[in-house]
Amino acid sequence: MTDATANKGVTPRGAKPRRRLSPTNIMLYGTLFVASVYYLLPLYVMIVTSLKGMPEIRLGNVFSPPVEVTFEPWVKAWAEACTGINCDGLSRGFWNSVQILVPSVVISIAIASVNGYALSLWKFKGSEVFFTILIFGAFIPYQVMIYPIVILLREAGDVLSAMTGTKIRLMGSVWGLVIVHTIFGMPILTLLFRNYFASVPEELFKAARVDGAGFWGIYFRIMLPMALPIFVVAMILQVTGIWNDFLFGVIFTKPETYPMTVQLNNIVNSVQGVKEYNVNMAATLLTGLVPLIIYFASGKLFVRGIAAGAVKG
Amino acid sequence: MTNVTVKDLTLEFGAVRVLDKLNLEIEEGEFLVLLGASGCGKSTLLNCIAGLLDITDGEIHIGGRNVTWEEPSERGIGMVFQSYALYPQMTVEGNLSFGLKNAKVPKPEIAERVARAAEILQIEPLLKRKPAALSGGQRQRVAIGRALVRDVDVFLFDEPLSNLDAKLRADLRVELKLLHQRLQNTMIYVTHDQVEAMTLADRIAIMRGGVVQQIASPAEVYNRPSNKYVAGFIGSPTINFFEGDIAEGGVEFATADTKMPLTGYEASQGALSARPAWLGIRPESVITGTDVDTQPFTTEITVELFEAMGADTLVYTTLAGTPFRFRMSGQARVAAGDTLRIGFDPAQGSLFDKTTEERL
Repeated sequence: MTDATANKGVTPRGAKPRRRLSPTNIMLYGTLFVASVYYLLPLYVMIVTSLKGMPEIRLGNVFSPPVEVTFEPWVKAWAEACTGINCDGLSRGFWNSVQILVPSVVISIAIASVNGYALSLWKFKGSEVFFTILIFGAFIPYQVMIYPIVILLREAGDVLSAMTGTKIRLMGSVWGLVIVHTIFGMPILTLLFRNYFASVPEELFKAARVDGAGFWGIYFRIMLPMALPIFVVAMILQVTGIWNDFLFGVIFTKPETYPMTVQLNNIVNSVQGVKEYNVNMAATLLTGLVPLIIYFASGKLFVRGIAAGAVKG
Repeated sequence: MTNVTVKDLTLEFGAVRVLDKLNLEIEEGEFLVLLGASGCGKSTLLNCIAGLLDITDGEIHIGGRNVTWEEPSERGIGMVFQSYALYPQMTVEGNLSFGLKNAKVPKPEIAERVARAAEILQIEPLLKRKPAALSGGQRQRVAIGRALVRDVDVFLFDEPLSNLDAKLRADLRVELKLLHQRLQNTMIYVTHDQVEAMTLADRIAIMRGGVVQQIASPAEVYNRPSNKYVAGFIGSPTINFFEGDIAEGGVEFATADTKMPLTGYEASQGALSARPAWLGIRPESVITGTDVDTQPFTTEITVELFEAMGADTLVYTTLAGTPFRFRMSGQARVAAGDTLRIGFDPAQGSLFDKTTEERL
C-alpha cells in the first residue's frame, strides 16, 4: 500500500529497456553477419590479390593477406596493360566512359524530368496512353532492339551527313552511344519523375498558374527546386547504369572509343601470355570505383528520393 | 453593377456532369459564400471561375469581360487555397512577389505593393522567412497576401480556414471580414462550414449535386429556406421535420396524432392548399417556462436526453411520433424523465411539399 502511494503519478519514462542477447537478436545479427561475409569475401579476395606480386599469387593462398604489398598491378592496370596492339591500359577506356557518361546522364535526365512534369501536371488528351506506351518500353528486352538500332543509327548518320554536307557518323561514335543511352533511360526515368511530380500538392501548381507562371516558369522556378532528391536518384541510376553498361558499349562503339567496361573485358580476357590475376583484380576494382563513389557520396539523398518518389503512383 | 457572371456553366468529367447549366451573378464588392457538403461542386465551380479547369459549355464574365477562355493570370483574380500552397523554396517576400515578377511589374512597384500587403496583414517581420518557419495562421496570411499584392478585383477563397485549429479559424474569420470591409473587393468564398458562411457572407449560395439550391442573404436562408435540403443543411442543431398534411384552407398542419395551427403562415406563393407536407421547426424557436401559453401551439413532452453546452441546453424528446430536439437558453435544470411544457408558433416554421420538397 505504501509503495503504491509513494509511486503515485510516477510513470516509466524513455524506451523500454531491451535485452541485448535475446534469441531474436542472435538470429538477426547472426544472419546479417553471414550475409555480409558472403558478399564481402570476394571483395576481400580481390583487394588482397591486387596488392600481391605474381610469385606470391602462384603460392595459391587466395585468402592470405599480401606479405609484400605492391601497387604495381594497379599502375599496370591503369596505364600499361595491353589489349591487342594498344598498351595504355584502362586509362583510355576511362576517358571514353566519361565522354559517354556525362552527356548521356545530362541529356536523359533533362528530357525525362520535363516529360514527367508534363505528364503529371499538364495532362493532355491521350497523355495516359502516351505514358503507358513509354512505360511498356521498359519491359522489352534490349537484345530485341539492337539490330534495328544499328540500322537506325547508320541511316540517321547518312541523313545528317546529307543535310549538313559534312561526314557525320553516328554508328560507332560516342554520340551514337549517347543517343542510345538517352532513349533507353527514358521509360524508367520518366516514371520516376512523373510519380515525384504527381506527389507535389496540386494546389501549388494551381497557385503558380494564378500567379501567371507558364509551363517553363513553373518547371524552372517552382518544381525544379523542389525536386532535388529525385534528380539525385535519377543521376545515380543513370551513372551506374551507363557506366556499367557493356552490351551497348561493345556494339555501338569501335576499339578507339570503347568504354571502360569493354576495355576491362579485353584486358581480363586476353589470351596471350600469363594470366596476371593481380592486374585483372586491380582493373576490375578501378572500373567499379566510379559508381561506388557516386553511391557513397549521395546515398542518403538516394534513399530519401526513392521514398519520396514512391509516395503516389 | 455585376462583377462576376456565370452563364449556363456546364462541366463534364468524362460521362459525369459535375456542374449543370449553372447561373450565378455576383455584384461588385459582394461577399458571396458557396456552401455545400463535400462533392457538391462548389470547389469545382470556383476552379472554373479561376480558369484552372476547362469548362464544357457556358460563359464566365469578370468585370464585364468575357474571360471564359483566358488564362487564370489574365482574369483579374487572386486565389487563396486550403493548403496555403506557398512556394516552399521561396521566402515570404519571394512568395508575395512571384506573380508580380511574372507580370513584369517594375521593381520599385513590386517592393511598394509587397510592403503594403505585408502591412495590411501584419506579416512585415516575416518577410525574410521561408514558409516552413511559419505557423499555420501566418502561412494563411501570406497566402492571402499573395492574392492581395496582385491588386485584383475578385478574390477567390477555396476553404481557406479548414486547415486551421478552431480558435485560429475564428480569429482569421474576423480578420477576413475586416479585410473585406476595408478593401471592398468582390469575394467568392467556398466552405462547408455554415458558421463561416453565416458570419461572412452578404449572400450564401447553397449547392447540391452541381446545382445551386438557394442564393440569398444568411438570414433569409436561415428563416425561409427554399427547400427541405437547405432547411436541413443550415442550422445547428439541425431543424426538426414533422410529416403530415395541411388541412383545407391552410389553417392547420396535422400529423397522425397532433394538430398544429398555421394561422399567419406566409406562403411563398398564393394561399396554402390541402396537401401532404413537411413542417420544419428550428430547435431555437421553442419556448419553455412562463411564456409558453402565449404560443399558438403548446404541448407536454418527456425529456429523454439533454446536453448541457454551457451557454444553452439541448433537449432530446419525441413529439408527434418523431424525434424532436429543442434548445433551452442557459443551464436549464432538467433531467431525463422530466415532463416539460413547451410551445412554439408553427406558422414561423417552414412548410415543404411532400414530393417536390420545395417551400410552400
